[in-house]
Amino acid sequence: MSNDAYPAKSSPPVIDYAEVEDSPRFRELKREHRSFVFPVAIAFLVWYFAYVLLAAYAHDFMSTPVFGNVNVGILLGLGQFVSTFAITTWYVHRANARFDPIAAEIRADLEGREHAGEARS
Amino acid sequence: MTPETSTGDPILNISIFGAFVAVTLIIVFRASRNNKTAADYYAAGRSFTGPQNGTAIAGDYLSAASFLGIVGAIAVNGYDGFLYSIGFLVAWLVALLLVAELMRNTGKFTMADVLSFRLKQRPVRLAAATTTLAVCFFYLLAQMAGAGGLVSLLLGIDDRVGQSVVIAVVGVLMIIYVLVGGMKGTTWVQIIKAFLLIVGAAVMTVWVLALHGFNLSTLLGAADAASAASVLEPGNQYGLTALTRLDFLSLALALVLGTAGLPHVLMRFYTVPTAREARRSVVWAIWLIGVFYLFTLVLGYGAGALIGSDRILAAPGGVNSAAPLLALELGGPILLGIIAAVAFATILAVVAGLTITAAASFAHDVYASVIKKGAVPPNGEVRVARITVVVIGVVSIIAGIGANGQNIAFLVALAFAVAASANLPTILYSLFWKRFTTRGAVLSMYGGLGTALVLILFSPVVSGGETSMFPNADFSIFPLNNPGIVSIPVGFLLGWVGTVTSRTLEAPAIAAEMEVRSLTGHGAEKAVEH
Repeated sequence: MSNDAYPAKSSPPVIDYAEVEDSPRFRELKREHRSFVFPVAIAFLVWYFAYVLLAAYAHDFMSTPVFGNVNVGILLGLGQFVSTFAITTWYVHRANARFDPIAAEIRADLEGREHAGEARS
Repeated sequence: MTPETSTGDPILNISIFGAFVAVTLIIVFRASRNNKTAADYYAAGRSFTGPQNGTAIAGDYLSAASFLGIVGAIAVNGYDGFLYSIGFLVAWLVALLLVAELMRNTGKFTMADVLSFRLKQRPVRLAAATTTLAVCFFYLLAQMAGAGGLVSLLLGIDDRVGQSVVIAVVGVLMIIYVLVGGMKGTTWVQIIKAFLLIVGAAVMTVWVLALHGFNLSTLLGAADAASAASVLEPGNQYGLTALTRLDFLSLALALVLGTAGLPHVLMRFYTVPTAREARRSVVWAIWLIGVFYLFTLVLGYGAGALIGSDRILAAPGGVNSAAPLLALELGGPILLGIIAAVAFATILAVVAGLTITAAASFAHDVYASVIKKGAVPPNGEVRVARITVVVIGVVSIIAGIGANGQNIAFLVALAFAVAASANLPTILYSLFWKRFTTRGAVLSMYGGLGTALVLILFSPVVSGGETSMFPNADFSIFPLNNPGIVSIPVGFLLGWVGTVTSRTLEAPAIAAEMEVRSLTGHGAEKAVEH
């Protein structure tokens, strides 16, 4: 029970978070994270709204037959499923390979500092 | 009376559903034996794995609106129904990329924990609890309204008194689940229900495809031939006028931005021990939900082809009856009984998930933090949460009886609009904008919520149309059914305005702490030991 999440704002004062935030490792983590999630988020939102606008305003284009009874609209709709699954997989690979190792390293460092702080006091 | 074509065998339906309730109640009792602390009650002791929690998220998310509503919408309106499922699915990328792990790392039990982390506790918590309760209320209303319609179809109960009794039974069962089981019991109910729902839909999908030679093109052709309008191209439901097209854009915006602001989904991220497990949960949820929506595409067109929209609309329960009717057509009364019981279990489970979220928000944010200012006796918070569960149960029974007969996919879309307008702006600003202030948060949450509610009140949903709640009055000044296209930008704008007009800066040290914690998971990585 003792280490169930923390009560907010009562962490030991041994860690200067502003300094951690400014450290090269943390800045690298933040850059890695944001330079992935922001562009990808913008890209899938643009693709989604392009699709929605086509569905709302380009009925003729969407009903163009491709093969059999399958038309452009059905294919683009299924394309939204494919892109969602692809982005999910891509993100997980990226997070496991790039974000997690740096985060674990910083976390280990911070826990070490907290233990040292508790030992001193 | 045509019981053999519309309701199957009511006794069989009730028996299968009764078996589900009995099995899940036993599991809930067993799971709840070591519910002691607030972390046990609200967050299941953070003991679930990513795949378990992902399945439970799918269980929470695949509500009766997803199953009955989308299948029915595709069967009757064709392509326009498909658009719902796409919005519901793509929305998960917002949660995965921008919200899930960062929320998991900075919070404890509720959405307000994250939002108030570096801002002033009381005003922000109160605002976040208010928006949480509002979203839960709309969502609950949709589920309860769905229960009434489903019952009329399955048990052959057509009079309102009988339906009201069944809604009350659903409410009482839900109160028992949540009171006894807490988050752990509720999560197990979600997992079982998600499994049954997805397997049931998979069986029916294979069946429908088999009848059409496993050829999608043949199925689409059969659905198109069975319908008067072309169901393969967009526009049947939303393409009529410039206004309905705008309404469609508004809906699309609310769907894609609403998910990441749904409090009962956000709360699920706290039932796992680490951010990595939170990520795995979302990935599992995305795959399960995505595959399920692909099933609904086949089922919807299958229902259109095999039953036809005229028969669906004429059945008790209307649009929502497409999936049960398809089950009857394929597998006779037994498959109908199973699918009906699964649909009913879906409503029960989603209602339980919403109730525990609303109760946690009230007890943790309003009672413990705002009223008692943190000075709560041990177990006091859980006791208040339990009382809240009963109150919410009673309110939702009454509201559900009132909303009986409303379109459920549509009521859920309103809940999404409120979540996207009132919650998402503050969540994103808190996580990514260091300058964001208390004033910005409070303005955005109350402003987004208020705008959405006022627009709904003056929309055709409430008055002025044949399907309105008050068809005999007309005060619909706002022309769109879904308020998202106005209220979501208003929520974001108010957050920005409130922040840039704040004179005082919020504590920069805590902002730094929040940023470090959110990205590294420091301080939140360990599970409770038992």
